[in-house]
Amino acid sequence: MTDQAYNFAYLDEQTKRMIRRAILKGVAVPGYQVPFASREMPMPYGWGTGGVQVTAACLTPDDTLKVIDQGADDTTNAVSIRKFFQRTAGVAVTESTTDATIIQTRHRIPETPMTAGQILVYQVPIPEPLRFLEPRETETRKMHELEEYGLMHVKLYEDIARHGQIATAYAYPVKVEGRYVMDPSPIPKFDNPKLSDSPAIQLFGAGREQRIYALPPFTKVVSLDFDDHPFIASKAPHDCDLCGAGDSYLDEVITDDQGSRMYVCSDTDFCAGRRDAGHVGRLGVAQTEGQTQGMLI
Amino acid sequence: MTTPLLSVTGLTKRYGPRIGCADVSFDLYPGEVLGIVGESGSGKSTLLSCLAGHQTTDLGQITYDGRNVLAMSETDRRRLGRTDWAYVHQNPRDGLRMGVSAGGNVGERLMAIGARHYGQIRDSATNWLGRVEIAADRIDDRPTAFSGGMQQRLQIARNLVTAPRLVFMDEPTGGLDVSVQARLLDLLRGLVRDLGLSVIIVTHDLAVVRLLAHRLMVMKSGRVVEQGLTDQVLDDPQHAYTQLLVSSVLAA
Repeated sequence: MTDQAYNFAYLDEQTKRMIRRAILKGVAVPGYQVPFASREMPMPYGWGTGGVQVTAACLTPDDTLKVIDQGADDTTNAVSIRKFFQRTAGVAVTESTTDATIIQTRHRIPETPMTAGQILVYQVPIPEPLRFLEPRETETRKMHELEEYGLMHVKLYEDIARHGQIATAYAYPVKVEGRYVMDPSPIPKFDNPKLSDSPAIQLFGAGREQRIYALPPFTKVVSLDFDDHPFIASKAPHDCDLCGAGDSYLDEVITDDQGSRMYVCSDTDFCAGRRDAGHVGRLGVAQTEGQTQGMLI
Repeated sequence: MTTPLLSVTGLTKRYGPRIGCADVSFDLYPGEVLGIVGESGSGKSTLLSCLAGHQTTDLGQITYDGRNVLAMSETDRRRLGRTDWAYVHQNPRDGLRMGVSAGGNVGERLMAIGARHYGQIRDSATNWLGRVEIAADRIDDRPTAFSGGMQQRLQIARNLVTAPRLVFMDEPTGGLDVSVQARLLDLLRGLVRDLGLSVIIVTHDLAVVRLLAHRLMVMKSGRVVEQGLTDQVLDDPQHAYTQLLVSSVLAA
């Protein structure tokens, strides 16, 4: 049901045009942060105001929307944004990665490989990868302009000097098509390889910081590293305790105050799909069709 | 006959109606140390920051190694500033990254020009810390944990790691007590001699230039009033202002 008090997908058409122009520019210059006139959205900064504006500008009435928050379809952020677009745009929603045409994500890339024609929208808190190394915006823009990215390696150097390895585990800096260094939003570095050569288009929206950037399909994205300390897409060394998957990114869940813990896929749709297909992990129980929503804990 | 490494003609910088420095010309040859002295506000630091490209220049020409510096693109000029040139600030806090370890500070210039091997970067950082007499076990400490003299030496190591040919120094010994200052001067003299650096050193301390500089320029109100060999200028000052400057030094 569409709330008639609002234009389709909440934003007015002129605003959507402005955002689409920024997106087009971002697609034309992969990894470049395009400034845009971010609007106030009916949710607080930090809740995905940038991603919501990009999604609103991309939505058509025929789209099917999926929203995930740290991989999960059923957490607060995901539920509230999904409800927001159900109400203001009346589009179909889904929890299935394969059925969705637009996926708005907070801090994860779905485990199920993306396909051509899909749009992945990231919520970005701080788009500037050099922010904590160089606080001046004028200076960081100059550094991007002149490709002065030595400082990014200073951060990785500090990691190794202090921790013996590159301890940056999320928001791991990447270089796009050999040109711009980009913050891939706080996705775990496990997801970094999926950024590269993806058939889907990837859009990044930062509402508070008023920046949009993009990766067109099949863009080459390389994680920065040292020759003798190469990039490793790390994850917890376990299998999923519900579905048994050994290749998915895991959440650690503490189950009692005796120190017991379980590891479960952070991508709930992926985990449910595997359990539907009959996979069972260490603590899982065999699922019957259509019962996957009920967790055992 | 060698050609000058840096050649400056008619350099002028104005701050609105006021003169920063006016009509400064000199040549600097490879391996030569040029001192610039003068009272506060005489345009020493303006001149230095114009030369280093930190400020725009209004008039004049700067030629470095046969290239016109002022006509260079900003990319080239900044690359020059990271590789062939070095700038030692008076306050080490301006030249160092205080939140980054000593090793990272020294390695930054290497990484900026494309070094991507952690072990090698760390080795040259250790090596350079040794050359400026900082113990190797301090490599992972931040500059905030260093004394003023150590910070200044760290700043020098950070600047010299890419083997620059031309070093700008803005009162490198300012704010240090005399014994630390003496050690730093000793160190600088050794490095300049060993590496064959060309240096432009700005200071108001005549003893420092006596020790380091081959040639001396005396500035007053933005203009060069006298220049020549250091000993000659200091022992037989010709210009009234230089005479005043030399006679104003307090004897210990």
